[in-house]
Amino acid sequence: MSASTNTKSRPVCLPGRAMRALDRKMLRDLWGMRGQALAIVFVILSGVATYVSMTSVMDSLQQTLSNYYEEYRFADGFATVRRAPELLLERIREIPGIGTVETRVVSRVNLKIEGFGEPVSGTLVSVPEGDQPVLNRIFIREGRLVQPGRENEVVLNEPFAEAHGLKPGDSITAIMNGRYRELSIVGIGLSPEFLMQVDPASIFPDPMRYGVMWMGRSSLEAAYDMDGAFNDITFTLAPGAGIDDVIDRIDQILRPYGGQGAFGREDQQSHFFITEEFRQLERTATILPLIFLGVAAFLLNIVISRLISLQREQIAVLKAFGYRTFDVGVHYGKLVLIIVITGAAAGTLLGFWLGVKLGDLYLRYYRFPYLEFVLEPPVMITAAALTIGAALIGVAQAVRRAVKLPPAEAMRPAPPAVYRVTLVERLGIQRFFSQPSRMIMRDLERRPLKALLTILGISSACAILIMGLFFSDSFDYVIRVQFGLAQREDVTVTFTDPTSTAAIYELKSLPGVIHAEPFRTVPAELRHGHLSFQTGIEGIPQDPRLRRLIDIDLKPVSIPPEGLLITERLARILDVGPGDEVIVEVQEGRRYTKSVPVAGIIRQFVGVAAYMDMDAANRLAGLGQAVSGAFLMIDRAFEREITDSLTERPRVTGIAFQDRMIGAFRDTIAQTMLTYTLILSLFAGVITFGVVYNSARIMLSERDRELASLRVLGFTKGEVRYILLGELAVMILLSIPLGLVLGALASAGFARSLQTDVYQLPFILGKGTLVQASLIVLGASAASAMLVSMMLNKLDLIGVLKTRE
Amino acid sequence: MKREVVFRTRGLTKVYSMGEVQVHALRGIDLELYAGELVVLLGASGSGKSTLVNILGGLDTATAGEVFYRDMNLTQAGDRELTDYRRRHVGFVFQFYNLIPSLTALENVAIVTEIAQNPITPEQALDLVDLSDRKDSFPAQLSGGQQQRVAIARAIAKQPGVLLCDEPTGALDSKTGVIVLEALERVNRELGTTTVIITHNAVQAEMADRIIYLSDGRVIDVRVNEHKKSARMLTW
Repeated sequence: MSASTNTKSRPVCLPGRAMRALDRKMLRDLWGMRGQALAIVFVILSGVATYVSMTSVMDSLQQTLSNYYEEYRFADGFATVRRAPELLLERIREIPGIGTVETRVVSRVNLKIEGFGEPVSGTLVSVPEGDQPVLNRIFIREGRLVQPGRENEVVLNEPFAEAHGLKPGDSITAIMNGRYRELSIVGIGLSPEFLMQVDPASIFPDPMRYGVMWMGRSSLEAAYDMDGAFNDITFTLAPGAGIDDVIDRIDQILRPYGGQGAFGREDQQSHFFITEEFRQLERTATILPLIFLGVAAFLLNIVISRLISLQREQIAVLKAFGYRTFDVGVHYGKLVLIIVITGAAAGTLLGFWLGVKLGDLYLRYYRFPYLEFVLEPPVMITAAALTIGAALIGVAQAVRRAVKLPPAEAMRPAPPAVYRVTLVERLGIQRFFSQPSRMIMRDLERRPLKALLTILGISSACAILIMGLFFSDSFDYVIRVQFGLAQREDVTVTFTDPTSTAAIYELKSLPGVIHAEPFRTVPAELRHGHLSFQTGIEGIPQDPRLRRLIDIDLKPVSIPPEGLLITERLARILDVGPGDEVIVEVQEGRRYTKSVPVAGIIRQFVGVAAYMDMDAANRLAGLGQAVSGAFLMIDRAFEREITDSLTERPRVTGIAFQDRMIGAFRDTIAQTMLTYTLILSLFAGVITFGVVYNSARIMLSERDRELASLRVLGFTKGEVRYILLGELAVMILLSIPLGLVLGALASAGFARSLQTDVYQLPFILGKGTLVQASLIVLGASAASAMLVSMMLNKLDLIGVLKTRE
Repeated sequence: MKREVVFRTRGLTKVYSMGEVQVHALRGIDLELYAGELVVLLGASGSGKSTLVNILGGLDTATAGEVFYRDMNLTQAGDRELTDYRRRHVGFVFQFYNLIPSLTALENVAIVTEIAQNPITPEQALDLVDLSDRKDSFPAQLSGGQQQRVAIARAIAKQPGVLLCDEPTGALDSKTGVIVLEALERVNRELGTTTVIITHNAVQAEMADRIIYLSDGRVIDVRVNEHKKSARMLTW
């Protein structure tokens, strides 16, 4: 039988052996490296889960918001007025561009709740009896709408009802127009208009101390002497109409009746908060997960490259027997794909579950009736594509490197690695270092790039941790500055209308009030060119003791006697600088329009504000010396009496205790932040573990012969462990400070990107956070080092020496 | 009778780097190998035997000179052509077996037959080397001699035109070495495969049709073996 004659051969694939030998090799190699593969799977899983959960929760919230607004007919615009006749409705309906219009009676009230001794305020909004309002409809969670002929029935906003455990059948006392009324709760509901239920005097929701209620129109009309009249309208726009023209026309019509300026949905308090929050969320949901995925992909690349280079000889044999470079690439590509797809699939599932949980968390904060959780295919595809793409790039590069050598050279044992004398030897201080220590240093110096990549991997995990943990430091700082230095009052009292300064003396005379400091808020529209912004100019007395202006460098800022002092963000919105003139259109009283100079710019944590000397603000409003409210410093022993006394005063519309506000703030923000921090810490820990474990395992594979030789020569397990793990320890110790610096830089950039109009987040990094991040990295590293250490004990001393060098 | 030339080299030269050292492995080799013959390349360590065989097998590239396999110029072939050449025409047996550790004996043979154009079955190949009863064993479960026989089965399963063996008994004791050489002898005899065996062991040269002596990268002598012995009769 000669080579040239064709032997009649049987088909290659025999029955019972369907899988190719190369695929069997792949599966067995995968099983052989299962520890490392699992570590990589967890790294990918972390990256993908973070991305999928945050992105899908963001998509879900936005989708839910959009559908909720549509389904429950959230208005496009709103306007308040002192008192206007119902007849005006026809004129308003004739405005070009306007769609549906609905008039309402709305009133702020103080409430008394049995068993709750603190001041509670609320807003009563009128609804047609026995029917839903045309706009801003109510989702009834429990109970029913108010019925005709039942004048004391109310529907309560759900968060408020939940906070106090109120249900249909319970009652609540309101002080309406100076008179106590017992209101009967018939339903619990939600409305898109009050998605975020925030007291106008506050900046964060506090459902314990502020609630919204819906009451029959005729009851409210009767209570506030508004028969045949209204003090609030909501409207939609006709398709294609612009909001500005409609607002101008409405303002013209309502001005004689004390119109306070119509505004669009963008400026509606709840919507404004929601959109700001969503914008911030979107940035967080985009930046953080992509960083995670990037780190996971980068790690994957390094680990796969090193794994493939360890198989250099086997690759050479395959090439020797005629496997093409492409075949080799496909072989390792399959191995890597199994790992990556497992990680991506598991990460997607976990991400979905996490997303649902995060959604539930957000539901407590954003009061939708339901959350439509969506996981869009593009989200899953992006996550999978990123990780698979990175993995395959890594495989291609590694295989190309491995096949660059002719097979003969690759099968030849690698020449002894080139080592050189290290820095310590060049400095002449080697006598202070043992031989094993010098081995560690030489190995580090021999392949500095490899060491650098490992250090970068671990420091990335550390940096991610910092990005998650710094939030609490920043928020703590803002609270300390804002409420410790700037806002030092115990109580903020708000009046229904600008009131004479005599009210301050009355407040000062209350038992337990140590100091009362007036403030004046003038609602106005600020204009500069085509740019405008609606806000309340805060009039502050000279030399305030309680409510001071503090900039972000913690320096007190004095209020100029004339002109506006505006925050940096507002200056950017209006495109003005010091010395520029701003047109101020006052929206109360005589409604003057004046040109006012910008006296200065202040940098604060609170996002958008305009300040003026109180006397100057009063001159601007043209109502004489008036106050809008007061800041009080009180003796806590008299808290109850002061609350009762203030609650009964008909001109007092809001009583806010600062410590409760801080508490509410912490409750809402802290909950979400804590969850994010936990997730990020866990995943960063997984990534650290993955990097360290894989690095250690690969080092062990690369050097097992060398280490076994040392054991044969008489080195103890501990000494050999020192050589292997010592190198790793040096890299970990170097990576922590690098990671802290990288994390600080990334977090500073991140904090800057999270600015909203409500507040700016300063970048603050506490020592505790640095320690915490370092400890997590060290802990994860120690755990993986311990695992690898156990493998050292299983070194086959004889077997390794039998194979050739 | 004009014999069919399978390999022809002209001025074949190879210089390679070992770390920081330059090694002149081959210094202008002129050689011809014929179809069906069993050739032993004999020389001391460092004489250039492995380098020559690696270049003949398309595992390595020459620094200068030419190599032809039949009418194919190997020195001008790119990686893809060399890979195809090895896939179709060359079987290798290495000193340290180079089996894939995660595959069984049968699978180590199958990994080659699955990409060959006209192979025999892996079972047939193992049968040729008397290892059918160990087909499901992993390399770690086989002795050195058994591993080498699996490597031979792997090399011949594709029915290659040439079989290149680099010190096939170098890691084995003499008794096992004889068994391995017998397998090679049988393949050469029954399949007619041109077989090249590298060795530094002069005794093994006695089984060859021709012996080519190499020293310091040069061919110093080529002898026809008038008294060819069978592998079974060799002792060292």
